[in-house]
Amino acid sequence: MGRYERNIKTLSVEENERLKDFYVCVIGCGGIGGYVIEMLGRLGIGHITAVDGDNFCESNLNRQILSSNKTIGKNKAETARDRMKDVNDLIEVIAVPEFINKDNILDIIKGHHVVIDALDNIETRLLLQDACEKAGIPLVHGAIGGWYGQVTSIFPGDRTLDVIYEDKDQKGIEKTLGNPSFTPALIASIQVSEAVKILINKKDTLRNKMLVVDLLSQDFEVINL
Amino acid sequence: MKIEVRLFAYFREGRDKKLFLEINEDEVTPRYILNKLNIEEKEVSILLINGRDGKATTTLKDGDVVSLFPPVGGG
Repeated sequence: MGRYERNIKTLSVEENERLKDFYVCVIGCGGIGGYVIEMLGRLGIGHITAVDGDNFCESNLNRQILSSNKTIGKNKAETARDRMKDVNDLIEVIAVPEFINKDNILDIIKGHHVVIDALDNIETRLLLQDACEKAGIPLVHGAIGGWYGQVTSIFPGDRTLDVIYEDKDQKGIEKTLGNPSFTPALIASIQVSEAVKILINKKDTLRNKMLVVDLLSQDFEVINL
Repeated sequence: MKIEVRLFAYFREGRDKKLFLEINEDEVTPRYILNKLNIEEKEVSILLINGRDGKATTTLKDGDVVSLFPPVGGG
């Protein structure tokens, strides 16, 4: 099929064919999440669940791909679903216009092969890690702040976020450094590549490791965790 | 003793990526280094000693490498 022609060789024909059967849940449809959904959808992941209770506002416009003058005030998850209808109508995108909490998270992530952490705060990330562990689903974590970002893949039992965020009440550097347009796109790309590798069983993921990105120094470093 | 300190993200701003500290003390901990660098303990999210998860109170040896990361939490 022409749509996926350029996926081939990066992915084998068989791998590409399998993409339509995968379920990926994206928690957060803002800076990182908007790009993640765009890439998963174009690649041909068959079932995407987009989760976000927030609506777009003006300060999102500098970086969130789904935000525009037309979508200000609209729910982020529903906007993701509507955009994917235009981009790839062969896939299914379900919008969940809710913030996750301990009462709804297990129901939301149930039945997915991979969950993507595109959240914007540390406390909810730890809640998500707990839920993914309970549900037995791999979690691809990504976070950004200013010129900096990080990605790691967490399998049930790893509890990598416990090492990254020992103090759940800590304030991330993004609160003071903000988020420009280029870090979410980059971190989202790396997360999607991780998700795809997990789905099709490729080796060399960032499991028990974290890619630490510093765009101010153009330093990309993998640390062991 | 000589301790290598590797700083990440904004800890580098106004400092450097990598520092070598010559310290003439019997007992040196990452907490001592944080004080010396003017970094508050609560600003540190990940503290590695020789690439492994470490504590602010661990006693360091000559040649140890301490890596410090601030919390990155945005999306």
